Amino acid sequence: MKKKNTLTKLLLRTMRGSYGLFVIALITSAVSILFSFLLPQVVGYTVDSVIGTHEKVIPDILQNLVDSLGGRDGLLKNFIICAIAVGICAVISGVFNFISRKTLAHGTERFTRKLRDSLFAHVQHLPFSWHTETQTGDIIQRCTSDVETTKRFVSQQLIEVVRTVVLLIIAFIMMFRLDVKMAVVCGIFVPIILGYTMVFFRQIAKKFLHCDEAEGDLMVKVQENLTGVRVVRAFGRERYEIDTFDEKCDIYSNSWTSLGYTMGIYWGLGDIVSALQLLAVVSAGAFFAAKGEITLGDMLIFISYTQTIAGPVRQLGRVVSDMSKTGVALQRINEIFDAEPEKEPEGAKTPPMDRDITFKNVTFSYDGRNVLKDLSFTIPAGSTFGILGGTGSGKSTLTYVLNRLYDLPENGGSIEIGGVDIKEISLPHLRKNVGLVLQEPFLFSKTIMENIDIASKTGDLEKVRESAKIAAVDKDIISFTEGYDTIVGERGVTLSGGQKQRVAMARTLMLKSPIMVFDDSMSNLDMETDAQIRSALREGTGNSTVIIISHRISTLMQADKILVLEDGKCAELGSHHELMEKDSIYRRIYEIQAGLDRKEEN
Amino acid sequence: MEEKTKFNLRAWKIVLPYLKDTKKLAVIVLLFMIVSSVSESIYPLFTNYAVKHFVTDGTVEGIGWFIFAYAAAIIIGGIAVIIYCRNALVLEIKLGCFMKRDCFVHLQKLSLSFFSNSSVGYLLARVMSDTDRISGVIAWGILNFLWNFIYIISAYISMFILAPKLAAILLLLIPIVGVATWYFQSKILVVNRKVRHINSQITGAYNEGITGAKASKTLVIEDQNCAEFSGYTADMYKQSIRSSTLTAVMLPLVTFVGSIAVAAVLDIGGRDVIFGGMEYSTLSAFITYAVAIVNPIVEVAHVFTDLNTAQVCVERVNNLLNEPCTVTDTPEVIEKYGTSFEPKRENWEPVRGEVEFKNVWFRYPDSDEYVLEDFNLHVPAGTTVAIVGETGAGKSTLVNLACRFYEPTQGQILIDGRDAKERSQLWLHSSLGYVLQDPHLFSGTLAENIRYGRLDATGEDVERAAKMVSADTVASHLPGGYSAHVGEGGDRLSTGEKQLVSFARAVIADPPIFVLDEATSSIDTETELLIQNAISHILEGRTSFIIAHRLSTIRHADMILVVDHGKIVERGTHDELMAKSGRYAALVEAMRIKTEN
Repeated sequence: MKKKNTLTKLLLRTMRGSYGLFVIALITSAVSILFSFLLPQVVGYTVDSVIGTHEKVIPDILQNLVDSLGGRDGLLKNFIICAIAVGICAVISGVFNFISRKTLAHGTERFTRKLRDSLFAHVQHLPFSWHTETQTGDIIQRCTSDVETTKRFVSQQLIEVVRTVVLLIIAFIMMFRLDVKMAVVCGIFVPIILGYTMVFFRQIAKKFLHCDEAEGDLMVKVQENLTGVRVVRAFGRERYEIDTFDEKCDIYSNSWTSLGYTMGIYWGLGDIVSALQLLAVVSAGAFFAAKGEITLGDMLIFISYTQTIAGPVRQLGRVVSDMSKTGVALQRINEIFDAEPEKEPEGAKTPPMDRDITFKNVTFSYDGRNVLKDLSFTIPAGSTFGILGGTGSGKSTLTYVLNRLYDLPENGGSIEIGGVDIKEISLPHLRKNVGLVLQEPFLFSKTIMENIDIASKTGDLEKVRESAKIAAVDKDIISFTEGYDTIVGERGVTLSGGQKQRVAMARTLMLKSPIMVFDDSMSNLDMETDAQIRSALREGTGNSTVIIISHRISTLMQADKILVLEDGKCAELGSHHELMEKDSIYRRIYEIQAGLDRKEEN
Repeated sequence: MEEKTKFNLRAWKIVLPYLKDTKKLAVIVLLFMIVSSVSESIYPLFTNYAVKHFVTDGTVEGIGWFIFAYAAAIIIGGIAVIIYCRNALVLEIKLGCFMKRDCFVHLQKLSLSFFSNSSVGYLLARVMSDTDRISGVIAWGILNFLWNFIYIISAYISMFILAPKLAAILLLLIPIVGVATWYFQSKILVVNRKVRHINSQITGAYNEGITGAKASKTLVIEDQNCAEFSGYTADMYKQSIRSSTLTAVMLPLVTFVGSIAVAAVLDIGGRDVIFGGMEYSTLSAFITYAVAIVNPIVEVAHVFTDLNTAQVCVERVNNLLNEPCTVTDTPEVIEKYGTSFEPKRENWEPVRGEVEFKNVWFRYPDSDEYVLEDFNLHVPAGTTVAIVGETGAGKSTLVNLACRFYEPTQGQILIDGRDAKERSQLWLHSSLGYVLQDPHLFSGTLAENIRYGRLDATGEDVERAAKMVSADTVASHLPGGYSAHVGEGGDRLSTGEKQLVSFARAVIADPPIFVLDEATSSIDTETELLIQNAISHILEGRTSFIIAHRLSTIRHADMILVVDHGKIVERGTHDELMAKSGRYAALVEAMRIKTEN
């Protein structure tokens, strides 16, 4: 039951700070229920014993109250008192019902908010490798639908559970005090109910897990379809997409139907058992009463108790199945929480970062694929370092391990900046100082201004424009009707690939990091813009160490040193001139690119 | 769409067709609900019988039959419960699935311009969670409503028979409760619309927070994202509390009004009995009904609250389903060529690949500025057209129009000499090999991704296509080769690798028209050289549009278009344009490697 504990812990941890609200909600709802039970009793008493002549046995306190009002005769004289009593019950019940609902709403919403916030924060701080291994749609399903399930349980059922249990305990104490035999007849159903409840609890949990997973899969399908909508259209694959959607939807629908069948039986069984309980009590009561072992009054009291607990017992079916679902939902949420977030190293250092960067025997594999193999080289501070390499040769991975999107394994060598292993450097410090422009830039659904200024937070349009000018995107931006206030759609769809790259570049330039990495950032730019940016960069980046990854020799040739990566290994390293003097890969590529150009001159 | 504050039954019309589809289920549910409640209502008769016959008479004779009959009633009632619960749950799921499917199908029809302006998270929330809300309310809410409504009506009838004057007093309840409900509902609706909107924002934030994780990490803005997210949940908290508070006032209030009515009836009726004029037993029976009617009235009010919550979802789903497609096929075209889902391929003419822009004017739906003004271009079948120009100059626009992702604002685009609108979209799209700038792959294996270009391709076809464009190297790098999973969006591959795979995906389809939008921008020079020959081989005899920055790719084109600020400033072959020493020559100059420092 270890798992259960962590789930309860998760539940309790999230509830912390709202315990008081839940307790108040519980007490007020108990009061409200008590008075709403009392109301029909008062009406009944009035009809039977005040207007009618049936003597009704009522608790002593109430009897005293009736007596102090002058007994039946007094009540008959001042008949309005009875109506007022009903009114008082209604007022008290209503007011407490309101308080209960209101406090419960506060508690639940506080709970849900905390859960959502902590989930989001946790996901934000999970390592990048986790993000590549999980499906976005599935995680969204957990963060939305599973959270809803949990919320529903907390807001509707949690109090129900407590109430049912309390009610059962009180009812049985009363019954056992009255007559043990009859209490046993009635109580024998409790283990039966518990027994099949356990069975169904597991069954429902198992089936609900299927449902939840199917829902996650469906979510993944829809999410991917929407993200890849251009591909779907370009290939005219609408039919295929719907067919695969139908497949997933069928699984989803079938698993829910199957769950529905189980729940139907469970609920129905609850009704049957609670009715059988009454049957047993009525029959046994009739039997014992006929034999004169109990009085008619006792029998009627037992019947009324059994009826009182019948409601909660039937309700229990719904509560337990919801509880079981919530268990699954919480488990799935908990799986996210169980993933280890990125951690600050102990005694995290924040050394100056305008220092030499040294790769020492860096070896890295991912997904069973050896990406980097025993790489060693040094990038002197303030220099420009070019990287050239084939498709899939590990260029991007090199930048990922540099700013620790991926961590190097135990025996994977090390990377040092100014002699400090990056594993010992505070993570935000490292990443803030290594400005990385990603190969496939991601823009947030905000204005261009906000996007460029997102990490620097200057709020200064002039500075933003300065960076945009260096990235040669200012002209593009001001040509938009909304200029810098243009909202770039999700994933920046309304911008062209080259524009996105340049906005991302401007965003990184804003940080004025001592180390800047451009991962093939100019691939979608024309040569002219490329050249323009490079010359502006040289002035704009000042003393920063610049790492440029590119396939274009013209982009790389002015670098102080150029590393040629081949299949994750360092094949060549040197300046343009040094590499050109040798029979190098670099030279070969230079010749291809220059040759292509020369040919056109003929 | 204009937002209304009133409960709007018309929006619910969209639900009707779904109910028709699930009519049988709904009938079963109703039927067995009635059976279960009838059997339940006779349980008290058994208790009375037991008291009268066994206890009072002091005999246990016939108790066996009694138990048997009682148990039978219980079993019948229980089975009815099982049947109606099951079917109601199935009804809920079926309704939800039908709606999800319709939303999904509609999304497949919507034009790309729609997707440029809507976030995935918003759409996800509509397709997945809004539909769930609606189906839940219909399956349980409406049944609940009907059930209680019938109960209330029958109780009123009984009460009128018993004591018309008292019943008339109780009848006053209905308008009072009605007005109170209506008043609160309209308030709740406004709040709930905000709640659902924030719900989409939250889904959207999750989507962006997850898909943009890499960017967030490199920029170290995780905490900032969290703070922003917390803003959404704070809004959610505030609005949800407002909504719950309204409900928390409304439901007890309705109960209270009901109880007060009972008190009034008790007082008036009681006096009648005391001062004569009414039978004691009549009042007793009447009061039983009066007490019992309060809960159903609250239930009905409750259902209205639920319906109100769902009303917002219905509006949102409605908006999605009513979202017009800006690129559509006319009924005549559908008649002949079929839809995108049910194509009539037998009527399709083969595509030769001749494309002509005729007096085309174009502006994007969200802009007032024309990108193309009176544009004319004739591309004979088999021509290679290269489009060059500065980044963001509008190169993709031409391609978007040629592929009919957008429709010209004015003018015509002719494919094989006939207006593109005279054929179905699928007819054209099935003939396209589009390699996108952003090489999006789907999660699944490498082979599955390549096969997306031609679904019936064999493993050999896949490998051949991959080899043709050097994507076989990608497979050889991956443990598992072609059956290796590429991850969501192809994230386990590098950008260059993704481009190769998406290239193979286009090649395998063997289409008459190719569109290469910066298709090789992230591929290294040597690989590019390898596939360069393959490309020219593949493109032979096909119409192709190439957007590229690399001279090597452009040089051999039959026609080069130089685009600047959305206008075609030069057109011609490489040699012609070089001789002109204009914009193109300047671009070529910039592309050349300058050896001098």
